[in-house]
Parts: sequence; C-alpha cells; structure tokens
Amino acid sequence: MKQSSIIDIISPIMVGPSSSHTAGAVRLGLLARNVYNAKPQKVTFKLYNSYALTGKGHGTDKGLLAGLLGLPVDDTRIKDIFNLDIAKEFEYKFEYLEDFNRHPNAVDFVIEGVQNMTISGDSIGAGEVVIRKINDFSVKFTGKYNTLLLVYKDVPNMIARVTNSIHVNIASLHCDRFAKGEEASMCVCLDGDINQKVIDFLGLIEDVYMIRYIKKLDN
Amino acid sequence: MDRIISTFEELYICCTKYNKQIWEIAQEREAEQAEISINEFRAIVKKSLDAMKEAIKNGLHSKEMSMSGMCGDDCYRLQERYKKQHALFGSAFEKITTYALSTIEENLRMGKIVACPTAGSCAIVPSVLVGFSDELNIDEESQINALITAGEVGRIISNKVALAGAVAGCQAECGVASAMSAAALTQLRGGKIEEILNAMALAMKNLLGLTCDPVCGLVEIPCVKRNPFLAIHAVTASELALAGISSKIPPDEVIDALEQTGKLMSPTLKESSQAGLAKTKTAIELEKRLLK
Repeated sequence: MKQSSIIDIISPIMVGPSSSHTAGAVRLGLLARNVYNAKPQKVTFKLYNSYALTGKGHGTDKGLLAGLLGLPVDDTRIKDIFNLDIAKEFEYKFEYLEDFNRHPNAVDFVIEGVQNMTISGDSIGAGEVVIRKINDFSVKFTGKYNTLLLVYKDVPNMIARVTNSIHVNIASLHCDRFAKGEEASMCVCLDGDINQKVIDFLGLIEDVYMIRYIKKLDN
Repeated sequence: MDRIISTFEELYICCTKYNKQIWEIAQEREAEQAEISINEFRAIVKKSLDAMKEAIKNGLHSKEMSMSGMCGDDCYRLQERYKKQHALFGSAFEKITTYALSTIEENLRMGKIVACPTAGSCAIVPSVLVGFSDELNIDEESQINALITAGEVGRIISNKVALAGAVAGCQAECGVASAMSAAALTQLRGGKIEEILNAMALAMKNLLGLTCDPVCGLVEIPCVKRNPFLAIHAVTASELALAGISSKIPPDEVIDALEQTGKLMSPTLKESSQAGLAKTKTAIELEKRLLK
C-alpha cells in the first residue's frame, strides 16, 4: 500500500474554504502557469460540473486566476484577487459548463498569446490535482514531482534518448501521440531534480518541438 | 526501526518494543523518509501549529460573513454569551468551542487555515489542541508532540480510507479529525499508548455513518457547527479513555468499519448535495436565492 506522510495530513496551510475547490484550483492554476511559461494575453477559464455549480461560493474562480498569476495556496490576497493590480496582467473571463463526461471538478485554461494553448485538469480531492490534457495530448502530472514535459515528432528511440540523459530516478512516464509519425508528447515525473543544462540539451534534440520543466509545487 | 507502520496494532507493537511514545516513533520515521533531520521535521510541524494559532486569533476578531452570506458570525455570538454567562463545563469548554468556531469561520471567509485533515474539518484539531494548551499553559514542544501524534493517527487511517467527504462521507473528514484530536488530547494529559489509541477508537466509533450533505454544496451548513460539536466529542472520548475505558472493538477494526461504511454510504450523501440536509425544503430555497 502506498504510504502517506504525516505532513500530508496536517497541511497544507491554505486560504479556505475548500481543499478541492479553493486550494486545488490554485494548484491547477500554478501548474497551468508553468506549462504555458509565457505571459498570456487572454485567458478563458472553463469550469465544469461541481466547479461550475459551487465554484463561486468556494472562490474557485479566484483560485484559478490567482494560481495562473503565480500566487501560492496560502496567499491571503487570493480573496481580493479580482481587485488587485496583478490581475490586470491579462484579459480573462469565466465560463460555467456542464459535461458529465468530465470530472466533477474539471477546468480548461484556454490561453491566447505568443502561442495558443488549452490546458485541462481536475481537482481530485483533498487538494490533489492532475493535469490531464494539453491541447490534444493526454498527459498526467500532479505537481507532486518535478516533471519534464516534451512535445516532439513521433520517431523511434525518442524515449530512450530522453531517459538516457536524465540521471535521476523516474517515478512515472506517460506518452501519447496524435498519430504514427505525427506529434507526440511525453510526461516524465522525477524523484529528484535535473539542472538547466540537461533541459537545454534535451531541447536541442532534433524533432523536439516543445520542452517544459515543471517544478513540483511547494505547498 | 520498523519503517512501515500501516496499522494501529503495528504502531502499538513498535512503541512497546522500543519503549517510545507515538510521536517519537513517528518523527524518526518521517524524518528518515523525507531525508531531513528530526529538528527540520519538527519545524514543519511547528509551522502548521503556528498557522493554526494565527487562524484562531484572526477568527476571534471577525464577524465578516462568507460569500454566500449564510455563515460567519457565530463565533462572535458565542463569545458574547460567554461574556455574560460562563459555560456549564468551564473555561476549557469555552476556549475549545470558541476556537473551533473562529477557525472554521476564518475558513469560510477565505482566511488562512490549515487543512487538518481537510479544510471543512480544519477547526477540530486546533481547537482541542490549542484550547487545552492555553487553558493549562502547555509548553510548545508538547504541543508539537501532540500534533505529530494527531498526524500519525490521521496518516494510518488514510492508508485505508481516503480522507474526503466525496469518498467516504463526513465520518472521514470531521470524524477522523475528532479521532485525531482525541488521541492528541489524551497524550497531552499524560495518557498511556493504549489510552491514546482507545481515545482515537472511541471517538471514531461514535461517528461512523456521518454523511456529507452540505447545503448549496458549500463548506458552511452543517460544517461550521459540526466543528465545535466534534471537538467536544473528542474531549468525551479522551475522558473515557483516561478512565481506562476501552473500545471493545480494537482500533484497526473500527477503521475497517469506517472503510466499509464509507463504501456502503449512498453517493447522494457523499459531498454531492443530492440528499439529506442539502435537499431539505429550506436548503432548496437557500439554493434558489443564492443562484439569483
């Protein structure tokens, strides 16, 4: 059985009122921020199901925006985020939707800017979150591990070339592709940390279109 | 050190074998697994304890309502009453109940709290732990020890049952928080290992079947008032356990029952607001008003 730690039980320190609807929303925003890795111009937050229905009362909208702006889960400014100057960094709007094929607490970040990107994730309970999709690729990472994310051309040996360059233990590996020989994605969750040199090196591999190193969340 | 402890029986055996307290066993293992020193681990626990005290303090001075406008001024009311007339059970009771309301109301007005184990149950452990410690001037190190024990209890339960209302109902949130508090309080009062575990089991046993049926899907009704109720529930369990009264059903079997009850509980009563208090006539009216 997978063992939890005492710290998981007596944390996080967070702004209320809900671990899944508030802290989870902030964490999803933080992960989306790190995936996008640039200043957005316009963002549409699509909230689904329970996130749409009870999101306002739980500050889910504020949490998603705050996370995307880089505020941690215990930042007391989250409550007033709509009135803060930092929230004027980009245009944003919220849409409230129902889709029972989606998780009860699901969100899409539709981001326009230097590149357009849609990042989808779920808040799966007790503040834990998962990013499930980036554009059309299925991915899987939680912010609990340092994660290397690559989009590349589906060619032989790509997984070996990437994993051979990483000298830390791999906790999980998730791959997906659009079609054979087309765009593919790889999501590598790591037990340790890798340095910028390794990331730069991987970015230079022919056929790698995009690379992101998403640090694990602090809180 | 026996590194993997998955049950209360294993915890008890480990404490007996090494002649150590629950918190000692727990902090050694946690530090080892996280590859940090015991002092570094205790510093993380202290950070949570400090945040709990901060939330209590902030909540005592506010009557700002939640975004829904349904809750937020109950702590103020209770303090006003205690100014005029003291609680039947004395000042420890007053501290625990006011601290519980102040913390949970901080939570609903988007103040900073510690999810312990969850946000909706965030006031139970702090109110019992800090309320009692304030009453009897308990030193900080002992408070940290008690919070570690509370965490260890929650951790062992979480190995079997996800601590989420959507998975196992409120018994797995406020119920577990009350069991954690009962253990922590019993330790603070000098209870033996078996008394600490009995307090945990007694508190948990009497909350089996507690559903999660929040009105309008918000962490407000019945969550706010449930926190002070279950804080006092933990005190009752501790009193009984310290008298040598044991849970006839051993701790691990109580947790088995918790798990089974969670599985059998209707999904309509697990944080989906489809039944129970959430579908009462008044709740439906409140919902309509809120959606306007």
